[in-house]
Amino acid sequence: MGRIGGFLKAGRLEAPERAPELRVADVREFVGTLPLTELREQAGRCMECGVPFCHNACPLGNLVPDWNDLVYRDRWREASVELHRTNNFPEFTGRLCPAPCEAACVLEINEGDAVSIKQVERAIADRAWDEGWIVPQPPARRTGRRVAVVGAGPAGLACAQQLARAGEDVVVFERDEAAGGLIRFGVPEFKLEKRLVERRVEQLAAEGVRFRFGVEIGVDLTAAELRDRYDAVVLATGSRVPRDLPIPGRDLAGVHFAMDYLYDRARAIAGSADAAITAAGKHVVVIGGGDTGADCVAHANRERAASITQLELLGEPPPARRDDLTPWPLWPMKLRASYALKEGGDRRFAISTTRFSGRAGRVEAIHWQRNSGVPPFELVAGTEESRPAGLVLLAMGFLGPDPQALDQFGVDRDGRGNIAAERHLTSVEGVFAAGDARRGQSLVVWAIDEGRRCAQAVRSWLDEGLENGADHTFVSIASTRRTE
Amino acid sequence: MRRQGLYDPAFEHDACGIAFVARLDGARTHATVSQALQALENLEHRGAAGADADTGDGAGILVQLPDTFLRAAVRFPLPPRGSYGVAMCFLPQNDPARRAELERLLEETVRAEGQTVLGWRDVPVNRAQAGAQARLFAPVIRQLFVGASDELAGDVLGFERKLYVIRRVAERAGGEALVIPSFSARTLVYKGMLTSPQLGRYFPDLADDRFESALALVHSRFSTNTFPSWALAHPYRLIAHNGEINTLRGNLNWIRARESQLASELFGDDVAKLIPVIRPGGSDTAVLDNVLELLVLAGRSLPHALMMLVPEAYAGRADVTDEVRGFYRFHECLTEAWDGPAAVAFTDGTVIGATLDRNGLRPGRFFETTDGVVVMASEAGVLDIPADRIRRKGRLQPGKLFLVDLEQGRIVDDAEVKQRVAARRPYGDWFDREHVRLADLPEPATVQGVREPVQRLQLAFGYTQEDMKVMLAPLAANAEEAIGSMGNDTPLAVLSNRRPLLYSYFKQLFAQVTNPPIDPIREAVVMSVQSLVGSERNLLDESPEHARQLVIDNPILRDDELERLRQVDSDVFKAHTIDSTWPVVDGVDGLDDAIGRMCGAADTALESGANILIVSDRAVGPERVAVPSLLAVAAIHHHLVRSGTRLQAGLVVESGEPRSVQSVAVLIGYGAAAVNPYLMLATIGRLVEEGRLDLPREEAEERALKAIGKGLRKTISKMGISTLASYCGAQVFEAVGLSTELVDEHFTGTPSRIGGIGTRELAEGALHRHALAYPAAGDELLPVLGLYAWRREGEHHQWNPETISLLQHAVRGGGRATYEQFAAAVNDDAVRRSTLRGLLRFREPDGGAIPLEQVEPAAEIVKRFSTGAMSLGSLSREAHETLAVAMNRIGARSNTGEGGEDPERFGDDRRSKIKQVASGRFGVNIDYLCNADELQIKMAQGAKPGEGGQLPGYKVDPYIAGVRLTTPGVGLISPPPHHDIYSIEDLKQLIYDLRCANPSARISVKLVAEVGVGTVAAGVAKCNADHILVSGHDGGTGASPVSSIFHAGIPWEIGLAETQQTLVLNDLRSRVWVQTDGQLKTGRDVVVAALLGADEMGFATAPLVATGCVMMRACHLNTCPVGIATQDPELRRRFRGKPEHVIEFMFHVAEDARRIMAALGIARFDDLVGRVDLLEPDEAIAHWRARGIDLSNVLRVPDVPAGTPLRRTEAQRSPLAGALDWRLIDAAAPALHDGTPVHAAFDVRNVDRTVGGLLSHRVTRKAGRAGLPPGTIRLELRGSAGQSFGAWLAPGIELTLAGEANDYVGKGLSGGVIAVRPPRNAAFRAEENVIVGNTVLYGATAGRAFFRGIAGERFAVRNSGASAVVEGVGDHGCEYMTGGRVVVLGATGRNFAAGMSGGIAYVVDPDGDLSGRCNLQLVGLETLAEADEDDVRALLAEHLDRTGSTVARRHLDDWDPRRFVKVIPHDYKRALAEPVSTGGVGFLTTETEEAA
Repeated sequence: MGRIGGFLKAGRLEAPERAPELRVADVREFVGTLPLTELREQAGRCMECGVPFCHNACPLGNLVPDWNDLVYRDRWREASVELHRTNNFPEFTGRLCPAPCEAACVLEINEGDAVSIKQVERAIADRAWDEGWIVPQPPARRTGRRVAVVGAGPAGLACAQQLARAGEDVVVFERDEAAGGLIRFGVPEFKLEKRLVERRVEQLAAEGVRFRFGVEIGVDLTAAELRDRYDAVVLATGSRVPRDLPIPGRDLAGVHFAMDYLYDRARAIAGSADAAITAAGKHVVVIGGGDTGADCVAHANRERAASITQLELLGEPPPARRDDLTPWPLWPMKLRASYALKEGGDRRFAISTTRFSGRAGRVEAIHWQRNSGVPPFELVAGTEESRPAGLVLLAMGFLGPDPQALDQFGVDRDGRGNIAAERHLTSVEGVFAAGDARRGQSLVVWAIDEGRRCAQAVRSWLDEGLENGADHTFVSIASTRRTE
Repeated sequence: MRRQGLYDPAFEHDACGIAFVARLDGARTHATVSQALQALENLEHRGAAGADADTGDGAGILVQLPDTFLRAAVRFPLPPRGSYGVAMCFLPQNDPARRAELERLLEETVRAEGQTVLGWRDVPVNRAQAGAQARLFAPVIRQLFVGASDELAGDVLGFERKLYVIRRVAERAGGEALVIPSFSARTLVYKGMLTSPQLGRYFPDLADDRFESALALVHSRFSTNTFPSWALAHPYRLIAHNGEINTLRGNLNWIRARESQLASELFGDDVAKLIPVIRPGGSDTAVLDNVLELLVLAGRSLPHALMMLVPEAYAGRADVTDEVRGFYRFHECLTEAWDGPAAVAFTDGTVIGATLDRNGLRPGRFFETTDGVVVMASEAGVLDIPADRIRRKGRLQPGKLFLVDLEQGRIVDDAEVKQRVAARRPYGDWFDREHVRLADLPEPATVQGVREPVQRLQLAFGYTQEDMKVMLAPLAANAEEAIGSMGNDTPLAVLSNRRPLLYSYFKQLFAQVTNPPIDPIREAVVMSVQSLVGSERNLLDESPEHARQLVIDNPILRDDELERLRQVDSDVFKAHTIDSTWPVVDGVDGLDDAIGRMCGAADTALESGANILIVSDRAVGPERVAVPSLLAVAAIHHHLVRSGTRLQAGLVVESGEPRSVQSVAVLIGYGAAAVNPYLMLATIGRLVEEGRLDLPREEAEERALKAIGKGLRKTISKMGISTLASYCGAQVFEAVGLSTELVDEHFTGTPSRIGGIGTRELAEGALHRHALAYPAAGDELLPVLGLYAWRREGEHHQWNPETISLLQHAVRGGGRATYEQFAAAVNDDAVRRSTLRGLLRFREPDGGAIPLEQVEPAAEIVKRFSTGAMSLGSLSREAHETLAVAMNRIGARSNTGEGGEDPERFGDDRRSKIKQVASGRFGVNIDYLCNADELQIKMAQGAKPGEGGQLPGYKVDPYIAGVRLTTPGVGLISPPPHHDIYSIEDLKQLIYDLRCANPSARISVKLVAEVGVGTVAAGVAKCNADHILVSGHDGGTGASPVSSIFHAGIPWEIGLAETQQTLVLNDLRSRVWVQTDGQLKTGRDVVVAALLGADEMGFATAPLVATGCVMMRACHLNTCPVGIATQDPELRRRFRGKPEHVIEFMFHVAEDARRIMAALGIARFDDLVGRVDLLEPDEAIAHWRARGIDLSNVLRVPDVPAGTPLRRTEAQRSPLAGALDWRLIDAAAPALHDGTPVHAAFDVRNVDRTVGGLLSHRVTRKAGRAGLPPGTIRLELRGSAGQSFGAWLAPGIELTLAGEANDYVGKGLSGGVIAVRPPRNAAFRAEENVIVGNTVLYGATAGRAFFRGIAGERFAVRNSGASAVVEGVGDHGCEYMTGGRVVVLGATGRNFAAGMSGGIAYVVDPDGDLSGRCNLQLVGLETLAEADEDDVRALLAEHLDRTGSTVARRHLDDWDPRRFVKVIPHDYKRALAEPVSTGGVGFLTTETEEAA
């Protein structure tokens, strides 16, 4: 039962970060974790609430109080078991998740006092890897049923792992050259080192998952072929069509979608390709105030851009949680200093970009006006401004999944263009959907949760299909096998 | 009245006054009869009348056959006395044909049995003397005279036996229309549905001078309801009874099981005619009478039979002789005790006497006059005998027999009677020689380990992560059951999707009002968990072989102990293991087959001589699934009971399933003598291996078994049961959610009122769990359960992140829209069928909806709301005051809870209108009582009914101590029972006491829903209460054992409906308000409650959530992060709640209710109450497990004449008119006016109750808490004072009584002075005779009291500030005392100072043996220091001055402090040495033995 009154005995401690001026000199991860002894004290601040709002706020339903308690009691290995009960890839989420759990922590009623849940999660996962507790868990029996998973992002990987461990024969098709999707190519190395992705992929492979890289469904292999060869197909292709900014000058060279820049940087850092887009020495403008934008800023910092400006359409949020807007335990709308801007760059709020201008087909300047800060973002007269811009990165979110493969499968879409698949089953028999492709662009925790739930849906469907009308009162016990 | 809806006559309770008069010289006189009738009249206040005030609950008299009178009264000749008998017959009133038929039947039976019919006599009655109701059902009463056959003439007992046989034969043939109150050549019973004064007038016979007897036993009955029954009046044929048999269900089953073995030389073949021994439909007393009659006529003496059935607690006592100890041990092998609080008065016409149950929970006082008359009665003063004619006075004592032998002409001492009975045979030797102890059995050759991986078995038996973490780890680590807080907001087992184990469907029953729960820690002396296994023999015989039983000290067996049993191989014991698994391939249908097979296997085993049946699921494996262990044992138990073979063997359960107090308790409750929870033990072993328990395995197992043993004691004590042998098979459970078929077949006799699942669903659950385990790799994780804390994939909770945050947002600016989201989320629950109300929907009204504007405004509706009883201490000051301010602002009510209230709040809007009076009486003094609009007697608490609580000393800071009127730093214990409420008539007295303390306050009684709560509520209404609260089982708590939170009590929907139905059927509903509470959250909840019968609604958790509670469920840890359930100043600063939050919640709910009312077409809330016809089951909701649920009993419209009120329409009649206090107040007028001292004298009688109460109210109203200066009002009284003499006495009042007083003298003494001494002309020695009754100075907070004589049981119980001198005390003296001084100048009883955490007692101990009678858990014994000497001498001087005590004079004249022992609690000593500082923590925790 944790440490009684632990939250009164120790204050919250943030994860240590390398100093911004030092970390921009390399691409290694810059966020660490506290020493284990201090982390135990942090975990001991958890009160094991009767109604754990953290656990509710976590899309994965991570059993936060349970593993906090175990960490406090120095039972890391059991903590790892409990953590993996709900989360296939805690070393990813422990680095990348914005931690809605912490916003919903009961201690956060006193803002800024939440238990350091994310840090504890990461430390459990890292320690479990370091200690060799995480090993492949091949299934005891195989069902002989074949499932194709399209897309090797976190949703596809989680789905594949769950299916493989249940004994299904799983093949993952990925159009890129390696697994991980956005967490491999979108998320910068200094936030998540790619070796971490690689070792997970190796674990999956050892559990029987087969990977087919560089295969694009709909091009290299048709939907019909896939459905033919597999008992079930899971579409986890992500939501990768970016939102564009159709204003004058958009066609100029040097205006790129952010994701293109991030992929380019990822490949350059990995040494797998030469850089095609570079920020070095340029005046960089990032349009979009979200995480993707921040990652662009951070890369640009490491590339030694001449200047960096990040523009946000919305107005500046309040500095702290406002109870009338987003009362606890809701995710608070408030100003957050991004890690990237600590390293360099300016941020402007309530900015509507009006046009780009340039010479010889290359962008040289950006022009904007302030707006009202709230929809419909009326422009404020007399606030026109221009800035030099050598590289403009559009980080304004995503519209939906790439339609090509989906059209071939013929799956229905919802109003937003995502795959319509209540309970993960699409309109097409035997075709399932998971992750951003189904729910729209979202957090990695959601992707993993989608993958897990989809795997369960696939198995139930396969059970029904194969046993054909048998009495199913006692079937479909979800596998919750240990992941170590 | 027959069973209808939720009303079932089986749950009627009664309690009463009893008395007898006997002449030692055996002379038959009419005076004896008339004195007894006079005594009965003076006990009138202990009886009760129903809605028809003239109809009594019953009164009666038993006398010796009045030969002279009868000879004169009949026209036919009678043989000599002793050779004829008289059957007193109640015959049907309006059916002459049937009457003639029954008379013919009786005559024929007499002849068939070889006796002579002498003739009939019509018993004259004066019908006008009975009440209207009583007349309606009055039987025709005739006496049949039977002459003895030649061979029986002169053989008194032989003739009695024959008359008994005739009666049984006729009763069986005649059915329930034929009632024969007595049929004897020795005794005759007159009784009826009459009040005490009516009895003598209704039967003119009784007034006839020739109607003579040397003894007369009378009884006045108080029934919890008023349904007409002439037959249920006492006395029965051998006994009259005041009390209640808690173990009745088990006793009935065991008697039934014994019937097949009955054999008696005395009866010969006639035995067969006696069976069934128990006449159906009788009350507990009637049943006890039936069994006693059998035992006595089969050859045992009446004392012998009573010692068998109502044994005293003999264990660990030095004052019990070896013979008597041997007697009890031997007879434990023959029969379990009939356990419960009972004063039983008995007579066979030659001896008359009375006995008290082992815990002394009933009063009984006696005196003997100088001219040889002995009078025993429920209270002193029932006959006015001058003091100079009294030879001695005494009281009935726990477990003691008081016997008057008319043949010997003397009172026979308890020790002598028992010694005589015990020495009849060498019982002790028989027992020693024949019984076997489990530990003496040979070491088993092998002990079966768990073969499968533990984890796989855990899956197969439904273990969860939470079982490991929340239940088992603490059990083994702390030897304590885990503690939880807040209420249970999870679905009923039958509505859960998680297939709960069968144990969860059984709700523990608990004692409330009609009998007291026991304190299993402080009163451990009366408890025993010993279990016996073996074959029983003929009950009517005795032989050494009867003692051939295997004695098990603790019914929870380790694996090696189970193997000892299994491998036992002797000519006496033979074990047989019955496999309780079935093949998985048989599917759900396999379960019924398995049960049939197991029952068959049991039969076969018994035929082959086995006498230990081990029901084992060890065979569980890939192909075999376990039968739910409870179903297995109950099915076999009832099968064998029905077959008449049950007593040939003991049942032992070997199962992987049980792992909690509840599971073991239910198994034993349904017949298991012992349980081996092998998987629980293996799991604990596993926890040790994994390092999750830092203990050696043996130690961990030991602690877990100890914890379950402790929990078992607590569970049985809740019901007032003290021995496990009586609990075994007693079925003190209510099933909620099981089908009638299942219950009737395998749990026969268990109440189950809403139907539910059957064996198919149970089988499905078992197979589901089995499928989790097989086939699988064996390393699967255990599922998360989420029962104790919410989990996303776990059990559903009504309070979850969504509902909590929506409610908080709704009252913080979210407004109606957010409230409606909240209500939708809560009521959507309903859709998910988490509550019974969720299964209901509103019926379309005939008249259609009405516009919202026509509906009573919300501002009126909120006045019906109150907040729950949460003490200051469980809540922070800030939270407690916020609730009070909010409720006051809207004209609603808040409740102090049981922790008192800061007097500073009395004058402003922080004053709680409802002041609670709980068993601890913390903070209860006259000032507190005067400052209330409502006084609420808390009989039970939803989260832990039947249990006490404890606040450790380090948590009692000066503020909390000040408010509770106790000492800072001294721990506080709330006893499980109110020590002034052991029965319904005691409650009536407490209500009367409270009315005196505050005549304008309405009196409320808080009950918790369980089966029978309706009849209890009817009794409460008859006790003159104004208001009854029926709480659901799901109410909150600051700290309770988890088994109590989840397994005791039932939903309020059933309890409220039962209450409403019973009150309406009795036409008592019109006199009381009814309130309900338990997880109410929305307007829908409010309207459903109103329709089911509630005028008012209480809310506790919801308003707390509104102020910021987030259901941390850490109330018991003092770490509440939002400053609500904590006393930590740092955390209290975090409290952000505002009264506005609570007000907004209440108004949202009221507005919500209004909208529903409009839709229902009802404008006034009053018109909503009781309109159960507006509810119907919502059939649109499909639930795969709830299909069998049938709510028709809950929705039953009571069958009463149109116009019978469904809600409160009139006030109770005030009982205060005619109180002696009005005269005292007149006399005190000058003092009340301007403080002029007054001095006056009055006579007092036992019917003058609560003398000084009203006067104290007046003094307090005039002068406040400080009262008047000492000695301002001095009153001299003469005579026998009624109960509660000097209750709540305010400062400035002094009462001096020359005479004697009954129970509860100085209850809640608030600063006044009381002195009681014998009259100056008394013929007896004061210090050797009883002067005051039981439970004196209960909850006294200040003042002084002096008693020249001996007091009864529990002297100065929970005294927290008064000083007292007394010349001897009974058992449990100074129990739970927390402050004050007590000087005891004479003998002390057992268990002195139990639970005493404060104050000091100075006890004269001439023989130096006090330590043997003292409970040393909390106190130390010391010699007197100088300061002590001064205190004691000052008190003795005052004692001498006020009472003239010769004992005090002797001590003062020849002072020697070495004669005294100083009894001082360790806690108190420490607190006196180092006072605690402000800012400690304070909240009521549940109790733990360690802390105690």
